[in-house]
Amino acid sequence: MDNSRQLFQYILSGLSNGAIYALIGFGFAIIHNATGIINFAQGEFVMLGGMFTLFFVAFLNLPLIPAIILAILVSTIVGIVFERLAVRPLKNAKPLSIVIITIGASILIRGIAMLVWGKDTHAVPAFSGSNPLYIVGATIMPQHLWIFAIAVLIIIGNKIFFSYSIIGKAMRACAYNAQAASLVGIDVKTMVLFSFIISSAIGSLAGIIIAPLTMTSYDVGIMLGLKGFCAVIIGGMSSGLGTVLGGLLLGLLESLGAGYLSASYKDAIAFIILLLILFIRPEGLFKKKETERV
Amino acid sequence: MTKEKREIIIFSIFTLAVLIIPFFLRGSYYLNVLVFIGINTLLAVALNLLLGYAGQISLGHAAFFGLGAYISGVLTTRFGLDPWLVLVIAAAASGSLAFIIGFPILKLKGHYLAMATLGLGIIMYIIFNETVAVTGGPSGLSGIPNMHLGALIFDNDMNNYYLIWIITLIVMLLSINLSQSRIGRALRAIHNSEVAARVMGVNARILKVQIFTVSALISAVAGSLYAHTMTFISPASFGFNFSVELVTMVIIGGLGSIYGSFLGAAILTVLPEFLRVLQDFDIIVYGLLLIIMTMYLPGGLINGLQKIVEFAAGKVGKRGGSGA
Amino acid sequence: MFKKVFGGILAMLFAGLMSGYVFAAPPIKIGALFSVSGPASFLGEPERNTAKMMVDEINKAGGVKGRQLELIVIDTQGDATKAVQGVNKLIKDDKVVAIMGPSITGDTMAVIPVVEKAGIPLVSCAAGVKITNPVKKWVFKTAQNDALAVPKIFDHMKKQKITKIAIVTVSDGFGSSGREQLVLHAKEFGIQIISDETYGPKDTDMTAQMTKIRGSEAQAIVCWGTNPGPAVVARNVKQLGITLPLYMSHGVSSKKFIDLAGDAAEGIILPSGRVIVANQLPKNDPQKKSLTNYVENYRKHYKVEGDHFGGHAWDAIMLIKEAIERGGDSPAAIRDQLEKTEKFAGIGGTFSFSPSDHAGLTSDAFVLVKIKQKDWTLVQ
Repeated sequence: MDNSRQLFQYILSGLSNGAIYALIGFGFAIIHNATGIINFAQGEFVMLGGMFTLFFVAFLNLPLIPAIILAILVSTIVGIVFERLAVRPLKNAKPLSIVIITIGASILIRGIAMLVWGKDTHAVPAFSGSNPLYIVGATIMPQHLWIFAIAVLIIIGNKIFFSYSIIGKAMRACAYNAQAASLVGIDVKTMVLFSFIISSAIGSLAGIIIAPLTMTSYDVGIMLGLKGFCAVIIGGMSSGLGTVLGGLLLGLLESLGAGYLSASYKDAIAFIILLLILFIRPEGLFKKKETERV
Repeated sequence: MTKEKREIIIFSIFTLAVLIIPFFLRGSYYLNVLVFIGINTLLAVALNLLLGYAGQISLGHAAFFGLGAYISGVLTTRFGLDPWLVLVIAAAASGSLAFIIGFPILKLKGHYLAMATLGLGIIMYIIFNETVAVTGGPSGLSGIPNMHLGALIFDNDMNNYYLIWIITLIVMLLSINLSQSRIGRALRAIHNSEVAARVMGVNARILKVQIFTVSALISAVAGSLYAHTMTFISPASFGFNFSVELVTMVIIGGLGSIYGSFLGAAILTVLPEFLRVLQDFDIIVYGLLLIIMTMYLPGGLINGLQKIVEFAAGKVGKRGGSGA
Repeated sequence: MFKKVFGGILAMLFAGLMSGYVFAAPPIKIGALFSVSGPASFLGEPERNTAKMMVDEINKAGGVKGRQLELIVIDTQGDATKAVQGVNKLIKDDKVVAIMGPSITGDTMAVIPVVEKAGIPLVSCAAGVKITNPVKKWVFKTAQNDALAVPKIFDHMKKQKITKIAIVTVSDGFGSSGREQLVLHAKEFGIQIISDETYGPKDTDMTAQMTKIRGSEAQAIVCWGTNPGPAVVARNVKQLGITLPLYMSHGVSSKKFIDLAGDAAEGIILPSGRVIVANQLPKNDPQKKSLTNYVENYRKHYKVEGDHFGGHAWDAIMLIKEAIERGGDSPAAIRDQLEKTEKFAGIGGTFSFSPSDHAGLTSDAFVLVKIKQKDWTLVQ
């Protein structure tokens, strides 16, 4: 087997995984940009998406599309409850408290999922078959095409929402300066709620479309969440193209690293990149440098 | 009574209690629990210096604990070095790592710092897990020798109790002193507002790195003591979960309070015992505790306890006053 | 009215006396350390379930020598610290006479110094070779050694004239022990490992490793791990269009694996305890009775089939029970009798312990099975 075909497969697999990381990364970016919070429970919404879909398909015998819609709805409700009960009551809380609360929430959500659905891993049927497609000697799953398509749709959706809709613009205003935003009559609290709604919806959607590939279990959200975070850091906390590029780059480096260096340190690669970016270019790879506000 | 005097009295009472408790627990299982509480207290105090005093988050402190344990384990089992010598090497190595990584990592703030330390913790965990030839990998490293002092071998709960608690008491005393020194005040200034502290002439950057180094160093000492007490170590004890557990100890006990760290360590060490009746529900209770404690008791339990004591003392004082 | 109340009190007193008589002897306390939660819960949960089920059953049948058993389960979460705290509690607080578990090799190695010092027999449910090699006075185990599984696979390969293989192992205790044995035994079968890959226990994609293997000259792939990793490997193998024969370990010998891997499971060969092919065994198989009993019983209690892992706990509790029946309920007597166990036909195999062998099984504890049409078939 020749080397170029090998390389092409690494690239293709890497990009496929990278798209997954990017999708998960969006959720982090949206909440962070509206509130300055990094939601450590973001990975759990990815898990909830997959688990709820499975639940509706396997136990309630719903067809796939209604099951997906329901799963997104229910996960979003969890997001709303989370915002209402744990985030809104905090006024001027220190980052430390918020970090701990979101970690607590992720432990809680994971625990409930474990009790309800058990500790087993579950397979989720693919949207359009599980026979690989061949592209110049390399293979890719039909499910990956779904992931790419939905990632593109989400970027376009985000772009339209944040650039043209009133709510989107208001959310951006909050992100830039919450005090000023509230002075011009924007209800900051509602915007925070919106950011949780959008990010839990996107998170669960990501979980749904990747579940046929990764399978799903109560604890699948931890690692995926962290990888999504790495993607969004590389992308400079953007809720658009930056994170997509960040995710793709991360997936690519992981795949090439595992292929040519050592698969044992695949996860280490992601976190070393995370640290390097944070040390050298905390504003992300693709952003112009901004001065830091005190 | 001056504040200083009160501190001395409290510490003396605490020390006395720690030293005599074993006489009531000879051969008991609780002595073993207290040994682990001692190790966790050491860790919680170390993290509290960073978290409570300087206000810097670390979600990767299990890495330094693990580094201490692994340096001790590897150097004693593979090279036959003396446990005491190894303890010093472990502390120095862990401190150096913290010092080097401290400069770039402590430039970060808040959530970013949390994520960077988390990343550091995961990288260290992967190293413990994957360097099988050195660390024994996921199935662990066994046959680590016990600590010794001449002919005295620390191979039972009683001996280990005194070994660990005497070191813990020393570290607690130093930490209490630190909080009341110039450095402690400077750290608190950083905690409140780093910019303001800088304006007042505090070299925040160096100070943060220093405290990070000290914290890592103490954690490594705890790791070394842990390795020699357990005589077996495996990577699972040094993962992200344990880092979160450590942060929880500090927060539940009370940020910035040394006795709070002891309280938090004690509670989290015995908590599984109480949660056992809940069986699989324990993880939910743990998550809920974390959220509720942070939301409604930000000062930690020690603060709540203090308020109760002060309230009671106030009442007693009043009654005494009217009687005179 | 008065009569009724008085009668009632009398009856209660009588019942109390009677039960006092029946339970005059305090129960025999048996400890258990299982990783019920955490990454190795797939082992600890069926083990705990099995242990509980069997203790209930033994007690219903009148206990051991007329005394009831009391089971005290502690969750180690797969963490050595919690395992050591747990074993100390069992020995010093609960004063158990014997302990089963822990579920994983790491936890077992951590508690060995404690039980050796306290002199309490431990019947581990973990597979690592180093648990009973060298032999430790108080430590036995029921899970089959990886050292027995690997030759089964290599033997089959030799017959297929496979000489170059790729291995992909999970980076946890199970995988690293398997990897060690694969490397150790390859030479004696004239097999060369030309690609040696690992993956993390929570990894959700192994295409990079598989691509690397695809590019090598391997004639077969051996994957060593426990669910869900190997299912991902099987899927990735299919996804990359790799047609090499795929071998797995006994770590996936549960129906769950077939569910997870789906079509990709077809044709996979693995060594396994007999439990998954209980109904295909010939009538004269010594284990047949235990196996079918266990599988049925477990299904009745927990709605799923009893698996290979729960079987380790079945063997542990039954070995301890028989030791108590033969000797007495002091830890020393249990240990001595455990060591004298001979031809005990359990779930994992037929156990015969001796002073020089505390693992007790031979390579016939494993059979080779192939997955055909979503079910197991014996390979002869």
